Amino acid sequence: METILEIKNVSKAYQSANHELTVLDNINFSINKGDTVAITGPSGSGKTTLLGLCAGLDRATSGSVTLNNIALDNLNEDQRAAVRNQYVGFIFQNFQLLPTLTALENVMVPLELRGAKNIKATAMTLLDKVGLADRSHHYPVQLSGGEQQRVSLARAFSNQPALLFADEPTGNLDAETSEKVIKLLFDLNKDAGTTLVIVTHDLELAARTNRIIKIKGGIIIADESPKYV
Amino acid sequence: MSKSAFNQPISVAWLFKMAWRDSRKNRSRLFLFISSIVLGIAALVAVYSFKDNLQRDIDSQAKELAGADLIVESRRPLEKARQKMLAQLGDDRAEERIFASMLYFIKGEGSRLVQIKALQGKYPFYGKIETSPAAAATQFQSGRNALVDQTLMLQFNAKVGDSVKVGALNFKIAGILNKAPGQTGIQATIAPTVFIPLIYLEKTGLTQIGSRITYRFYYQYLNDSELEKTLKKIEAPFEKEGLDIETVASKKESTGRSFRDMSRFLALAGFIALLLGCIGVGSAIHVYIQEKLSTIATLRCLGLKARAAFLIYLIQISCIGLIGAVLGAALGTAIQFLLPVVLKDFLPIEISMQISWLAVAQGVALGLLISILFALPSLLAVRKISPLNAIRASFESATAKRDPLKWLVYVLMILFVFGFTYLQMKSMAQSIAFTIAILIAFLLLMAFSKGLMFLAKKFLPLSWSYLWRQGFANLYRPNNQTLMLTVSIGLSTAFICTLFFVQAILINRVTLSSSANQPNTILFDIQNTQKDDLNKLTKSYKLPLMNQVPVITMRIEQINGKTLAKDTSNANAFRGEIRATYQDSLTAAEKITDGEWIGKVESDTAPIYISLEQGYAKRLKVKLKDKIVFNVQGTLITTAVGSFREVNWGRMQTNFRVVFPTGVLEDAPQFHVLMTRIPSKEVSAKYQGAVVRKFPNVSVIDLDLVLELIDELLSKIGFVIRFMAGFSMATGWIVLLSAVLTSKNQRIKESILLRTLGASGKQVLIINAIEYFFLGVLAAGAGLILSISGSWLLAKYSFDATFTPPLVPILVLFSIVVGLVVITGVLSTRNILNQPPLKILRNEG
Repeated sequence: METILEIKNVSKAYQSANHELTVLDNINFSINKGDTVAITGPSGSGKTTLLGLCAGLDRATSGSVTLNNIALDNLNEDQRAAVRNQYVGFIFQNFQLLPTLTALENVMVPLELRGAKNIKATAMTLLDKVGLADRSHHYPVQLSGGEQQRVSLARAFSNQPALLFADEPTGNLDAETSEKVIKLLFDLNKDAGTTLVIVTHDLELAARTNRIIKIKGGIIIADESPKYV
Repeated sequence: MSKSAFNQPISVAWLFKMAWRDSRKNRSRLFLFISSIVLGIAALVAVYSFKDNLQRDIDSQAKELAGADLIVESRRPLEKARQKMLAQLGDDRAEERIFASMLYFIKGEGSRLVQIKALQGKYPFYGKIETSPAAAATQFQSGRNALVDQTLMLQFNAKVGDSVKVGALNFKIAGILNKAPGQTGIQATIAPTVFIPLIYLEKTGLTQIGSRITYRFYYQYLNDSELEKTLKKIEAPFEKEGLDIETVASKKESTGRSFRDMSRFLALAGFIALLLGCIGVGSAIHVYIQEKLSTIATLRCLGLKARAAFLIYLIQISCIGLIGAVLGAALGTAIQFLLPVVLKDFLPIEISMQISWLAVAQGVALGLLISILFALPSLLAVRKISPLNAIRASFESATAKRDPLKWLVYVLMILFVFGFTYLQMKSMAQSIAFTIAILIAFLLLMAFSKGLMFLAKKFLPLSWSYLWRQGFANLYRPNNQTLMLTVSIGLSTAFICTLFFVQAILINRVTLSSSANQPNTILFDIQNTQKDDLNKLTKSYKLPLMNQVPVITMRIEQINGKTLAKDTSNANAFRGEIRATYQDSLTAAEKITDGEWIGKVESDTAPIYISLEQGYAKRLKVKLKDKIVFNVQGTLITTAVGSFREVNWGRMQTNFRVVFPTGVLEDAPQFHVLMTRIPSKEVSAKYQGAVVRKFPNVSVIDLDLVLELIDELLSKIGFVIRFMAGFSMATGWIVLLSAVLTSKNQRIKESILLRTLGASGKQVLIINAIEYFFLGVLAAGAGLILSISGSWLLAKYSFDATFTPPLVPILVLFSIVVGLVVITGVLSTRNILNQPPLKILRNEG
């Protein structure tokens, strides 16, 4: 199987007042194309920091991150932005839709950034897939939480990412809506053949992936398949 | 991934589209931020347009302004040969004598010092003397008639047909003088004019030796080349004789120059309004960008490059800045039509206002430049916003990282202020001083604000009630508006108060001079033969003889053996007449600063040591012991500089630049000056009437009237200043409104949370009111302290006067500013409290 993400000896420390705070310590793992992976752990364990490093949102203090055979460590911020636009999709806990853009425009943004063609049609197709074609001209504030996260899903898949990062995708949703969103996420992921990395402390959600990486105190304490898979 | 993929350029069209989309819910707010500069731009465009129109009108009306093609002026009688030569110049000619004299209204028995213009000929050749009735302007020369200025006619309730006395002659008022060529309303107020025919001048008896008469000769040339030829011929010899020449071109130049100075002042006043607006724009954009943190971080996660993010907001600010600038230019173009009304008393010509497209273009360019420049420090921070902010709230602030480009922008801002000031003032030193003053004021207010925030944080009294503590603590808590409001409101308060204080200093300075036991009436042109009789008359009215000095008119002939012909570098020293006196001791207003005071010449052969006022000596470029030869009406007197004096010109008494010792000038032709104090207006009117009737050549200056005139003049200047300061005041208020609305957005969630926790709307309102009250007190207090300090420095070092801060106006100004801040703050947050919290939260989301 081809590796799409490789994390080697990654550590991340922050300078806080007079002492150094190590958030991640010597993390190693790799993810293959098409995998669905959950990173779990308690609050403050470093999972969001790890997601940030994997997605090229931040730089590691030491170690290397290779995404789709591109070493992110040597790239500047703008080059990493280009990598994100080409290969990465995001789903955020608080949806992070741009409040001044309509649902349709939010989905169009990643495509516009890469200068794609037939942008509007592609975005409409995706909105249709998430069941929001009729809400395409609504602003985020006019949508419910679940609807916003579905727009967010459509946006995440719009640029056909090789790797999709989801940070607590159901963290702000009720159980019923969460279930619908998760189903949609996995269905879309299956259709697109995307590699999915989910950061969550929802064990039920983690159990739906085919691999769970558990971290605690900045180190990996387990890297296993869910028991019932 | 190929290298080219990393550098894939982003489409400019998309950047514009994104800037448009992103601005959707913020346009009204963005416009409010930018509206801070609208008034500043409007003020500048109005001034620039007015300047352009004025210059154009001066150019087109220059002939009417001068009234003749050539004007020759002399301050002393001309020799016969020169008179003969002057009588042959031009195709048509007119002659005028101008001097100050008393005018006595026979019917009303009132008198006043006026400017007499004894005219002969058809002057003005261009334009006209405006009179009521109109025909009087040309007909008054046909008999013993006078044209009397309209302000005098009103003051003495006189009518056409009444009689006035000038010197020894009575004249019939043939018409009311409404306007003479080139005369401004202010000139007419200060020195009202009375025209009489020149042929009667001699008979008035006002042309004795020593009288200060200006001789003017007006010429019309039908052929320009003739005029050129004449000018070539007369320029050098006339210059040598101290005769002034004025042509239409030189009149155009001199009028334009004086109005350029006025335009510069007005433009600087407008610029201060603009600077205040810039501070408002800068601060508001800073908050705006902070609020955009999440949007920018999300876009960065989606692959937007830092430069592109920066460009999106640069486009937004530029477009809004452009709209603000265009609106400002349009408003300025409308306001320019008010300026001729505001400045009507200072204008010598009719202004025909038109739209100046150059001024509009300058305003728009300036508005665009300034909105970008002052938004740049916040915009540059956009480049530094990390995408991590999208997954981790409050990861870092937009401005946390140090950016050398920001310092470059700060330097550019200072250079901009300096460059703009230099373009107005054309003086390097003044521009540097102005820039430094603005910078110091800015830094002081910043330091003051930070210091107070520190103190508030450190010494917040825990014993206060929760509402007071919360309101007070808002001053230093995150997202506070303390710095911005202190600087913007403080600067506008400082600017407006300083204008007010300086005006008060100037008025006080004059008023002080006339108070208590100081003389309030000056009589001059008293001949030797009239001295004793006038003293008797004065005493008969029980008036004191407070100061009586002889005045001798003279000119400098040589300085250290050099005449004007040999020392052209010091030409001004030889020009003009000097009015000197002689005395045996120093007066209370004089102090020797160098050399030795010698009050008496012991013998005819002893050297004559004179004393010079120190500033005048500097202008003459002379040192102690230098030799100066004076021409005292034909007699040459050699003197040596014996001492330099410091003279208190502010003291109400006769002061002289040149003082001779006694024993030299006693027999020279001279007149005397007498000063007295008259207790009431009634006595003054009676006394002046008696003086004019008995000694028609003696002029009386009523200092109370002079004070009234100065007060009137200062009020008129003050009105112009207040008009321009109004732009700053309005801008200050817009900045305040913008700041308050910005902070409202930041405080809204907190207010709602407080309400959710059980706080009543009234309690939240009180917390906000307390915060804005403290902010108002801080900002107005800082501005006032700055203004009082600045005014004190100006009074001490510029006006040589004392400055006592006027308590009542200070308290009134302070209360107005604080009241405005509180009312604006409370009113803008009130509407939030009337709505359900959930609705607001959803709207904010």
